[in-house]
Amino acid sequence: MSVVAANSTRISKRFAELRASGELGIVAYITAGDPSLDATLRFVLALASGGADVIELGVPFSDPLADGPTIQRASERALKSGTTLAGVIDVVRRVRQLKSGFVSNELRPLNEVPIVLFSYYNPILQMGLEKFASAAAGAGADGVLATDMTPEESEDYRDVLAAHHLDTIFLGAPTSTDERLAKIAACSSGFLYLISRTGVTGAKDALPDDLPALLRRARKATQLPIAVGFGISLPGHVSVLGGLADAAVIGSALVSEIENAKSVDAAAAALGDRIRALKDAARHGLSRREGAP
Amino acid sequence: MSSILQSPTTAAGRFGPYGGRYVPETLMVPLFELERVYELAKSDATFQAQFEALLKNFAGRPTPLQFASRLTEKLGGPRIYLKREDLLHTGAHKINNAIGQALLAVKMGKPRIIAETGAGQHGVASATVAAHFGLECVVYMGTEDMARQALNVARMRMLGTQVVGVDSGSRTLKDAINEAMRDWVTNVRTTHYLLGSVLGAHPYPTMVRDFQSVIGREAREQILVAEKRLPTHLIACVGGGSNAIGLFHNFMRDSDVKMIGIEAGGRGGQLGEHAARLAAAQGFTGARPGVLQGTYTYVLQNEDGQIATTHSISAGLDYPAIGPEHAWLADQHRAEYSAVSDQAALDAARLLSRTEGIIPALESAHAIAGLVERIPKMSKDGLVILSLSGRGDKDMDTYSRLL
Repeated sequence: MSVVAANSTRISKRFAELRASGELGIVAYITAGDPSLDATLRFVLALASGGADVIELGVPFSDPLADGPTIQRASERALKSGTTLAGVIDVVRRVRQLKSGFVSNELRPLNEVPIVLFSYYNPILQMGLEKFASAAAGAGADGVLATDMTPEESEDYRDVLAAHHLDTIFLGAPTSTDERLAKIAACSSGFLYLISRTGVTGAKDALPDDLPALLRRARKATQLPIAVGFGISLPGHVSVLGGLADAAVIGSALVSEIENAKSVDAAAAALGDRIRALKDAARHGLSRREGAP
Repeated sequence: MSSILQSPTTAAGRFGPYGGRYVPETLMVPLFELERVYELAKSDATFQAQFEALLKNFAGRPTPLQFASRLTEKLGGPRIYLKREDLLHTGAHKINNAIGQALLAVKMGKPRIIAETGAGQHGVASATVAAHFGLECVVYMGTEDMARQALNVARMRMLGTQVVGVDSGSRTLKDAINEAMRDWVTNVRTTHYLLGSVLGAHPYPTMVRDFQSVIGREAREQILVAEKRLPTHLIACVGGGSNAIGLFHNFMRDSDVKMIGIEAGGRGGQLGEHAARLAAAQGFTGARPGVLQGTYTYVLQNEDGQIATTHSISAGLDYPAIGPEHAWLADQHRAEYSAVSDQAALDAARLLSRTEGIIPALESAHAIAGLVERIPKMSKDGLVILSLSGRGDKDMDTYSRLL
């Protein structure tokens, strides 16, 4: 069964391909501008060539109240280097303008990797919804996730973004009721981002025990692809998620690679290696689904 | 006697365009639950009786409305009354709201409360009600504020509360709220976030206002007894704005009563030097409507939507956003807002100490300074109620350095 909509974005196309092959997708998050926007451009390519299916570019914010220490520090570094929302959008434009190679063994051009802008709402609001949506879509972004934007407040936001063919991705949480999950899904396009645990972003050793039950509830609420994030860092996590979710979101673990690397080159290499290991687990590990849904 | 908790309910927590609910999804259902329990409590006679009894027997209400005769004489303007919230248990108006929310936490079966604090008054109030109800309590406080309000840190610890220093950002109130929200999003199933001002996502601005509205309800009755007329002016300091809204609320329909909120002007008008969100007319720059920590309101920020650092000598006013209802009252010209400098607040603290024998908190000293600056424009026939929101014990370090 195909879920490619009439006005399908790079995101829904990619998820449709993943469903067709029964493979768990990898969504890679990094904070843009950490340590510089030039470095971010390199990192996007490294992640894409490692096989990332979707890239989330975090827009740094002074008060990241949903984030743990790793992404808080990345936001501080990015703001210190002068990163703005306009600058992050410009990185997307630069990715799209690259003359690109291809992902190894596949015919996916690197510069066509789906990109989601991941922001707190205030920077978007201050740029102006219309100006933001127009700039983001014009640069070649595919979707937007605003951490503190709720379905209840989102009518204008969704209208404007949809008018520019940008997917609106909303968060579902373990505390969301079935009714709310349905409401969140109805506001979402591209995919639903399911938070695996109550808490802030950050790598953890184990996945929560109640995650399969949460995923089952989310599945009942929507046909949209479901990406699971918060606390996912290891190939073992990815193996467990195969067959349950459509994608795993890796964030803080990648941001830590950037923080700990001695140079931008070393960070880019480490990011590529990380994604390759996760993709291996997704393709060849225990995760391979017994047929697509 | 009027109900303690009466209030007009606002649709989705909006005051005009301001307010709302901008939080990570994990907190939405807990916010709905809090709203539901609070709405039930409003019409629950048992809850109201408990709340009233605690305000009376534990907090020490009603607080006096004192005629400030020597201050009135010294300033040579309208008659000045002080609403003595500083005489409450724990030393500030914060205890009113802390009691109300602690009762709700117990009702919701949450064994743990968390709170943020700037000056430490809300932290002490939270620690106090936690001890009183046998709840576990963690208070987040910027390390800059821990240094300048050390007495209150010691009080919280004495009460058995864990005080967690927050070292991020400007290490003040805003950063403490971020950290409290991170705790809440992690421990939401067992924990109630006892937010201390008319800030944050719905229902907090409405709920905290209602718990604080006892200030204005008493003041209205007291002034009618003492002076047989309504006041011409209400004046209060505004950080988030809970003591101000608490005083204003029951005078909202008395259109002849002018309401004045005094913000922290810090060291000057440049962004980063002050915490004045609604005083652009006086040259305080950087405030625009935006979303911070759950609510849409005036926020001090740069052009990219990054939240600005603020400065005030008063830890309780040192915050870049203002309660959304104040933003609406300012837009509607129902209340006026202006800012006074650090120095003016210090001078006012000394003035009140030496004319009335009352050492005010630095926050409340801003209200006095705002009154002093307005005196030349006020008629001698006027009648002022000033919210003396807290006492100055916690600020003795700062004051003693200036003597």
